Amino acid sequence: MSAALEVEGLTAGYHGVPVLHGVDLRVPAGTICAVLGANGAGKTTLLRALSGLIRPSAGRVVFDGTDLADLPTERLVHRGIGHVPEGRGVIAELSVEENLMLGGAWRLDWAGVWGAGRVQLRRDVAEVYELFPPLYARRRQPGHQLSGGERQMLALGRALVGRPRLLLLDEPSLGLAPRVVAQTMALLRQLRDETGLTVLLVEQNVRSALSIADQGVVMSLGRVVAADDAGALADDADLRHAYLGF
Amino acid sequence: MDRFLFLTVDGLSHGAVYAAFALALVLIWRGTRIVNFAQGVLAVATSYLAYTVTGRSGSYWLGFLAALLAGLVLGAVVERLVMRRVADAPPLNAVIVALGLVLVGQGVLGMLYGNQFLPFPAPFDRSAMTVGGVPLVSRFDLFVFGTVLLLMIVLAVLFTRTATGLRMRAAAFAPPVARLLGVRVGRMLTLGWALAALVGALAGMLVIPTGLGLHPTAMDTVFVSAFTAAVVGGLDSPAGAVVGGLLVGLVLSYVAGYLGAGTTPLAVLALLVVVLLARPAGLFSGPQARRV
Amino acid sequence: MTTPRRVPTLVRHLAGAAVAAVVLFGLTYVLDPFRDYQLATAAAYLCAAAGLTVLIGLNGQLSLGHGALMAVGAYSVAMVQNQFGDHGVTAQWALVASLAAGVVAATLAGAVIGLAAARLRGPYLAGLTLVVAVALPAVTTVFSGTFHGDQGLSVYLPPVPDSLGADFPVERWQAWLALAAALLTLLVLANLVRGRLGRSMRAIRDNEVAASLAGIPVARVQVVAFVVSAACAGLGGGMFAVLAQSVSPDAFTLTLSLNLLLAVVVGGSGSLAGAVWGSLLLVLLRYWADELTGGLSLPAGLRTRLAGNLPLALFGLLLIVVMMAAPGGVQGLLSRAGRWVRGRLTGRPSHRAGLPAPDAEPPAPVASHT
Repeated sequence: MSAALEVEGLTAGYHGVPVLHGVDLRVPAGTICAVLGANGAGKTTLLRALSGLIRPSAGRVVFDGTDLADLPTERLVHRGIGHVPEGRGVIAELSVEENLMLGGAWRLDWAGVWGAGRVQLRRDVAEVYELFPPLYARRRQPGHQLSGGERQMLALGRALVGRPRLLLLDEPSLGLAPRVVAQTMALLRQLRDETGLTVLLVEQNVRSALSIADQGVVMSLGRVVAADDAGALADDADLRHAYLGF
Repeated sequence: MDRFLFLTVDGLSHGAVYAAFALALVLIWRGTRIVNFAQGVLAVATSYLAYTVTGRSGSYWLGFLAALLAGLVLGAVVERLVMRRVADAPPLNAVIVALGLVLVGQGVLGMLYGNQFLPFPAPFDRSAMTVGGVPLVSRFDLFVFGTVLLLMIVLAVLFTRTATGLRMRAAAFAPPVARLLGVRVGRMLTLGWALAALVGALAGMLVIPTGLGLHPTAMDTVFVSAFTAAVVGGLDSPAGAVVGGLLVGLVLSYVAGYLGAGTTPLAVLALLVVVLLARPAGLFSGPQARRV
Repeated sequence: MTTPRRVPTLVRHLAGAAVAAVVLFGLTYVLDPFRDYQLATAAAYLCAAAGLTVLIGLNGQLSLGHGALMAVGAYSVAMVQNQFGDHGVTAQWALVASLAAGVVAATLAGAVIGLAAARLRGPYLAGLTLVVAVALPAVTTVFSGTFHGDQGLSVYLPPVPDSLGADFPVERWQAWLALAAALLTLLVLANLVRGRLGRSMRAIRDNEVAASLAGIPVARVQVVAFVVSAACAGLGGGMFAVLAQSVSPDAFTLTLSLNLLLAVVVGGSGSLAGAVWGSLLLVLLRYWADELTGGLSLPAGLRTRLAGNLPLALFGLLLIVVMMAAPGGVQGLLSRAGRWVRGRLTGRPSHRAGLPAPDAEPPAPVASHT
């Protein structure tokens, strides 16, 4: 079950003002690609354009051989693409369990009260509980009672329930303790190794991101200024100074 | 004491209708952050349809069913054609549009049916049956209680146990995140409005037989009472809408019974003012953020 | 070089009002009595609509209860005038005193509502004023001894002053009274809007928290704005009583409040000129609708059903269409047209290009429902 993401000449922006200027990107199946850069470089905009939350004005996006042009955002999960947005997007008013069920609700019919779909969904949710035991303990609590680290688990778990082949993550380390960040990164590496998951990881925490990534892409002012193996990027001191702030 | 019991039951009967109507208001508020000021006129329109269908077919229940179905359709149509166009504008615009719908609705209904009060009989006996020597509750009251209870159970099951209910709540609380998870937010919004109009249609069928008759403005006072009920319970709380509805029904019943029927609109106003001054977020609200 | 002294705002406004008065009073001689009556009605609406447009457009408070405030003014005028009539007071100045009483009564009512509503925003304020609009007519039935319930009261009015001549049409006199009231209202509001109160109101409308941090007493300004608009509505209602020579609850239903809203919205919320357009529209649209139904040959039953209701439906339709297509109303369209024309004449671009700051947060994606 392999998938590859190809982005060519992607140009997109808001209200007619372009933020991305011809971004090229190639992520082989079953790898982790880190997208790095300072604030305002266009990293979040890139993910939004890939997800159809904003319409690109030019360029192509191909995933697993199919062109994603004009794909409405609601169809993303059907194509096996999971997007964990900035701020994680845990729905505060719903319980942990409801958030998780929502991750797989796209597979259910309108009622989803009975039938094979629901049974399978419950099994998938149970798997996520095994991956994140604290979520099981809090499964009936509303989202707003969770700590930052638990919300991270919930957001990731919810995306995983949808059985994605490509995972788009927008700054998962934001606001989290270093230990939790390390756990998250380890988990992503584990998923890549065990299930062949492809990950596009937007991060400000360069060290953590490059520690698990296979390749990296550096953006600045809406353009890709460097693309290389993760190790090469990590060693390139000039690059780090110029674009990554250390 | 007999009178008090009778007024209590009567108050709960009306209160059940206010509770249902308030639920419809809360449903739309949670999904769109606007108060649906057109809820009343939609309910009147569906009731007029029931009147026509019953008149033509001779069957009350056919008219009843027609009203409910028309509610679903009307709610969906209003959302898709009208409310969606002002969804991205300031909320004031949506309120004004809803008020425009009220004018259109009352004008069109007046043109079609005239401005006299049309007789709108209840499907069951409205005289109170005696329980232990005390005239207490009528068959119609029992019908009202049963129907509203059934409605609440259906809505509760829909929202908490079905995939659609989950999607609707997600679409109401966090539309962009819901879209990323495959929820068709627009469709859920339409469904929400359709359901709210259905509930309003039911409320209309249950309350108009207890008033002066069918008239383009027949639901104005019900809207006012239900809005007050929703505010009392807290606009975000479905449980609050139910409690608020019953409370308002009781208060109005006692006021009408002991002070005269003409004073009820003033009683609603007084109740609303008290709630807005004392606890504007409603009885069932959580802690409020402090405003600077 | 000395800077030219700007003519003070008040003087400018007074001059404008004087010119308008001359033009309008002259107009009443040209128009036939029926048209004069229409003009008078529009002027009465204008008093209330002008106050309401300032409240909604400049202060952001949506009130659906101004019809009820008009009722307060109208009934007050009716009762005071009837007292004058009972005691044989036939002087013209008595009418001024009655109208003043109407304004005071509406101001008090407005103060009560305004204080209750000072902390309310958005739908809560709209809902409260809606309840006021629906509930207040009930006062006439509860205190039916004084207010005579649904029957209403007739209003004693002194006849047209002899000094104007024996065959001076009463409609022209009514138009003079109404126009005077409207011009006074516009004058007062125009000055308030240009002054500190107007600035405070706009600041609160645009960003309440910032305004409060800048030292503006938000609650006090909200109440003052509401009270001012209530006073205007009271004057308009008083004029209604004078024009109709009677008052009854039927004339002051929720529909009246919604009609005022229509006048404000279609004319252009926040603009006094918009209130003028809106008030004219209220009168003319109803007239045209009645002409339309009168002109067609219809069965009598249908004719009566259309009579009151066609204007209602048209008003509602207009409200919806304007909100969807041109929320700035007539005045908004005129301003846009004016800017376009000016841009063409001076060769400058008529739109203002807004670029987001380079490191600004990307705005929330536009919600596109599918």
